[in-house]
Amino acid sequence: MSQFFTLSILVATLASGIRLAVPYLIAALGETIGQRSGVLNLGVDGVMLLSAFFTYWTVLETGNMWLATAVGLGVGLVMGLIYAVVTVFFHATQGISGIGIFLFGLGFSELMFRKQVGAPTPVDKIAEVDIPLLSKIPHIGELFFQHDLLIYFAFGLVPIVSFMLRKTTFGMNISAVGENPQAADSLGVSVAKTRFAAILLGNLLAGLAGATLALQLGLFQGNLTNGLGFIAVALVYFGAWRPTGVMVGALLYGMVQATVNQLKIQGSIPQSASDIAAMAPALLTIAALAVLAGRIKAPSALTRPFSRA
Amino acid sequence: MRNATKLLLRLLTLFAALALITAACGDSSGDDGGDSASSDDGGSSDDDGGSSDGDGGSDSDLSVAIVAPSASDDLAFTQSMVESVRALGIEPQITDGTFIVEDAAAAIRGYAEDGVDVVIAHGTQYGGSLEEIAPDFPETSFIWGTATDTKGLDNVYAYFPEAEQGGYVNGVMAAQLTDSGTIGVVGPVQAGDAVAYIEGFTKGAESEGATVNVVYTESFSDVALAAETAEGHLANGADVMTGTAQMVVGAVNVAQENDVLWFGTQANQTDLGSDVVVASQVYKWDAVLETMFSQIEDGTLGGEAMSINLANGGLAIEFNDGFDLPAEVKTLGEETVAGVIDGSIDPN
Repeated sequence: MSQFFTLSILVATLASGIRLAVPYLIAALGETIGQRSGVLNLGVDGVMLLSAFFTYWTVLETGNMWLATAVGLGVGLVMGLIYAVVTVFFHATQGISGIGIFLFGLGFSELMFRKQVGAPTPVDKIAEVDIPLLSKIPHIGELFFQHDLLIYFAFGLVPIVSFMLRKTTFGMNISAVGENPQAADSLGVSVAKTRFAAILLGNLLAGLAGATLALQLGLFQGNLTNGLGFIAVALVYFGAWRPTGVMVGALLYGMVQATVNQLKIQGSIPQSASDIAAMAPALLTIAALAVLAGRIKAPSALTRPFSRA
Repeated sequence: MRNATKLLLRLLTLFAALALITAACGDSSGDDGGDSASSDDGGSSDDDGGSSDGDGGSDSDLSVAIVAPSASDDLAFTQSMVESVRALGIEPQITDGTFIVEDAAAAIRGYAEDGVDVVIAHGTQYGGSLEEIAPDFPETSFIWGTATDTKGLDNVYAYFPEAEQGGYVNGVMAAQLTDSGTIGVVGPVQAGDAVAYIEGFTKGAESEGATVNVVYTESFSDVALAAETAEGHLANGADVMTGTAQMVVGAVNVAQENDVLWFGTQANQTDLGSDVVVASQVYKWDAVLETMFSQIEDGTLGGEAMSINLANGGLAIEFNDGFDLPAEVKTLGEETVAGVIDGSIDPN
């Protein structure tokens, strides 16, 4: 146990937690935007899988990570377009439509992988970018300033999304159509257009989350996300639909995973308790949700399709 | 409005159909697939007479189907069975990716109804389904594993690997190659041959004085967590690693990236990390399948459990020819194999 508290191990564990948290964070930020507009998307995991595959495949074929990231974003955008048409224009039930997107993503990404790649084939991972000077600070540098660009970008997104939701007209329209679409409509805000845009943005970020996963692992295989997208949806509730809350939730989830892992490595968690310990992040999230349930308020129109009477 | 409703219904129907088709072709277990898969009944199927790379030792006329939880070329569990059947000169029908037991049960029953002679249910978790299905098809032989008993059914054979044997050999060699004296293990759920391999590996490495840190991630499919577990081992000083199950692809990639040695199991994992994979314990199920097929052709459809091990050639240590393994380590590995076979070394 004492070894865990050596500084180098502690830093390595926290850095691992940050890496694990990032795909959750990006996907959950996107889902936050969508849910604030009143649209639940349970298809996040499917979008991530599709994006992860096409990102990976692009790297495999071209070696160009920027192009691959763009492809991943594009996949998110296309899936967002489909979801927006189905839920906003055709008023389809959001829960079922989202599950459909998930199943499609799960199956199609697997099918494409089998047809186009076959066996697991590693590709180059996205490289770490050391921030000049800051990365040289002992321990702090390793923890915060020796990551890949997507990690910096993910945490940079938190204030950007927060600012967008709270300070811009578009962001306030999103909240308005998520809380009271009838009132927003009566004030001249296009509920359909606002929700459409929010869904596109949300799926764009789900696509980025999938791309991040593929680029950080340098791999793809079926069900690569392992349900990560569903955890991201839960983290939106955990974070009370606020970007900073979502970030705290994602970091907590990643940190608990990394800490449990480290304690297992050092034998502090016996193998007989390994399966119980593996549930710790999920149990913690459920416990937090149970505690917070009475204190947080979901967007009033969440999951409710809007149509003019 | 009516037109819009119609259009919506059509779109939803189309979408649902697409989702069902692609999900049926997909794999919820977490691994990959092969480039020769073609769609069939409930999972992705591969019955197109792909390459037969075996020695055709059996040349049996039996029709054989495999139902397996992961992809047919996962470089691990399922691939080892597919290659073993092909090694006997038989091109099997395959339904892979049936991580959901109900899907597997449907496929197993489907093959039996189609009159396939031998249905291989390649997953411990399929045992319950087999107990229900096998009695309904007394003329069909079912082969089930990894399992050590046949559930008392006369038309069921069981098979299991004595994975601790190759694990022990890998552990002995790993201990020779570590400079730090610390070896990391990335395990999945604590079950079946994963536990046997890891315990054998640990015993072998510790017998040579190395420290082995074992982590069960409790997932067969979480590649990201497997990769982070490998990173954690590195932070704790490991300079040699091993692991088992489909999710280890993430860990092998970390090993390759950090120039840390890797020992594989189930299938030859050299392709995952050609610079760092030292050796792999490979499952060659044909060692017992050949006997089973022969007995089935003679009319004995089941009732026996068989194991693959180093002695019967069902387990083999395959070295990576591209890795410059010191001769004395390779010799020690070969001597350990001989010791396990002649009983002078007990890997349990």
